[in-house]
Amino acid sequence: MDVFVQQLINGLTLGSIYGLIAIGYTMVFGIIGMVNFAHGDVFMLSCFIALIAFLILTTWLGISSVALAFLVVLVVAMLLTALWGWAIERVAYRPLRGSFRLAPLISAIGVSIFLSNFVQVVQGARNKPTPPLLSGGITLFERDGYAVFLSYKQCLIMAVTAVLLTGFWYLVQKTPFGRAQRACEQDRKMAALLGIDVDRTISLTFVLGAALAAVAGVLYLMYYGVVSFSDGFVPGVKAFTAAVLGGIGSLPGAVLGGLIIGLIETFWSAYFSIEYKDVAAFSILAITLIFMPSGILGRPEVEKV
Amino acid sequence: MARTTDASSANASPEGALPAILRDAALYALVAFGLCVPIVSYRTESGPGSDLVLVPRWGLVAALCAAIFVARLLQRLVLLRRDARRALTPAPDQATEAVHGEPDAGQRVSKVGLWAFLGIALTLPLVATAATGGLSSARYWIDLGILILTYVMLGWGLNIVVGLAGLLDLGYVAFYAVGAYSYALLSTTFGLSFWVCLPLAGLFAGLWGMILGFPVLRLRGDYLAIVTLAFGEIIRLVLINWGDVTGGAAGISSIPRATFFGIPFTAGEDGFAARLGIPFDSMHRVVFLYYLILVLALVTNGVTMRLRRLPIGRAWEALREDEIACRSLGIDTTATKLTAFALGAAFGGFAGSFFAVRQGFISPESFNFLESAIILAIVVLGGMGSQLGVAIAAVAMVGGPELLRNLGFLKAVFGEGFDPSEYRLLLFGLAMVTMMVWRPRGLISVRVPSVALGRRRAISGAHVSEGHG
Repeated sequence: MDVFVQQLINGLTLGSIYGLIAIGYTMVFGIIGMVNFAHGDVFMLSCFIALIAFLILTTWLGISSVALAFLVVLVVAMLLTALWGWAIERVAYRPLRGSFRLAPLISAIGVSIFLSNFVQVVQGARNKPTPPLLSGGITLFERDGYAVFLSYKQCLIMAVTAVLLTGFWYLVQKTPFGRAQRACEQDRKMAALLGIDVDRTISLTFVLGAALAAVAGVLYLMYYGVVSFSDGFVPGVKAFTAAVLGGIGSLPGAVLGGLIIGLIETFWSAYFSIEYKDVAAFSILAITLIFMPSGILGRPEVEKV
Repeated sequence: MARTTDASSANASPEGALPAILRDAALYALVAFGLCVPIVSYRTESGPGSDLVLVPRWGLVAALCAAIFVARLLQRLVLLRRDARRALTPAPDQATEAVHGEPDAGQRVSKVGLWAFLGIALTLPLVATAATGGLSSARYWIDLGILILTYVMLGWGLNIVVGLAGLLDLGYVAFYAVGAYSYALLSTTFGLSFWVCLPLAGLFAGLWGMILGFPVLRLRGDYLAIVTLAFGEIIRLVLINWGDVTGGAAGISSIPRATFFGIPFTAGEDGFAARLGIPFDSMHRVVFLYYLILVLALVTNGVTMRLRRLPIGRAWEALREDEIACRSLGIDTTATKLTAFALGAAFGGFAGSFFAVRQGFISPESFNFLESAIILAIVVLGGMGSQLGVAIAAVAMVGGPELLRNLGFLKAVFGEGFDPSEYRLLLFGLAMVTMMVWRPRGLISVRVPSVALGRRRAISGAHVSEGHG
């Protein structure tokens, strides 16, 4: 029971991070129907941006307040990563709209390879450790010498995820941009006829996806304290799995899928074997796509001839 | 890189458009500056202790932004002139008279290129020996040839799946791994020779292709791609973790070498050299491996070209163009896809067992996702479905980085610490994106129908619209 609760906490933390990345996949898929393969690497890039911003703040500007440093890093990382998301869409995906169906996916694979090697070239291939930003926590209960521990980091991750998701949900459901976005998702041509700037909406979707990936990046960096140029691929695939599992195109589905994947991963590591935890994630991806392609909350796809 | 040109600038005279172009280039440079901060401008280095220290590199950022500015400026100027020229000649679809477009040119290139390639491939060991003045000094070139031909073969194998049947397979390297491990395990545990294992490896890989393919081939394009990616990763992770059988991450070493149909390449009495009565040279084996992979690649090509003319091959191509139409016409899409998948996998398996026999050592790290991406890039850049295009792309993608390594003057320009091979994958990714934006149909995008009534007329890939399967 104690182990179970502890793993539940760990799983929910990890799942929050996956959920944030998964939103980027699910929104882009919803609006232009492509798997943004480079999204995992955008997430990795944001980790590096956060790392450098954090180092500038603490070593050069001498900011000692953790809350202030965290907020500044979060905002800086979101802005700069959003710029990357915008630029990538502009350069690598927009010219391909209307091209044959696999072109954007192949281009995205190219962007993914480019980004991870770009970071390797400019930042070096070594693991980059960060000093712990936030330590300590609360012992929830203790029994037979096994303490169930909820660290402040985990609290912060879950709180930030919850706040951002609420804000994001509001943005998509209640604002003009959100309406435009959902309209483009349903029928791009019709939306354009009704006066929606489709290109701008798609750009904004990429910008938002990248910004949320940046939040995930900051949280990931804070949680694990280390990042390397190759850290984009596996979290990226897991987040994509989360998006598919929850039903691709559905925002609550992405978060739900993220939480499920996070829980499965931690429980699998705790009760079965840690070596095969990635195999578990990849198997879930394959099984979901084969037997339940529309996911838990997704709408089944209707094929029009 | 973006091809979007404003309609207004196309019509304006070059002089009048200059301020706009300058502004546009400046905007590009500004965005580049934003992208460089802080990921390029500060490099994190390990300082004293375990802390990281930041090393500012604003000079590099300035150079990058200036490069982007100049590149965009040049691109706009070139586009401006091209658009002005284009405005004078009608586009092919507007013309009232026949306009000679790309197709004929493409066909000519194909014909000349085909024979040129075959000639170079057949004579490479001789030419390299003559040029470098000795068999052992030609080793570098022959090894490079083997490497390129391995990728040509993998590219042709994957071309059946991606180029002909239109199924995007991101886990092709899994079958390559199955082939390599089949040979390695069969030869080290049962002592079977390479010539027995080669067909077995292909068979196993094809079988795996069927096992993996059967459940997934109902899926549509990008879902299929992701599932194959997942399978590729699962196979690699199993190879790493199932240490008792596969040797784990350490891999399998001392795999028996290839023999000349049973005659080993050794210096002893019954060795290859002694039987022929020529002096022993360790290079005989390398030259033999070169011709072996050449034959394997040509067999792949031959089988593919033959199959294209058979009903099954035509069904593949039809499937690529429009799956719904295929189903309406009564083609069993699952069986058709499965044959393409299994056949591609089998050729991957052959290439894998060749890889194992050539290296003498294999480990799961040789079969990661990047390898799949490289093979896919070769197929895509070559022009999906074009055999010659794939060969050209393999030479460019595999041979190009090797050339980069030998360019000494780059060191003089960028300083002594500059290592061009570091940039290999960076350029690789960039090339994939550029290619998709510039020529989404690949280098050779012309399509010649496999079967035609009367004269065979090529059509430019740009006129082909693929259905949504």
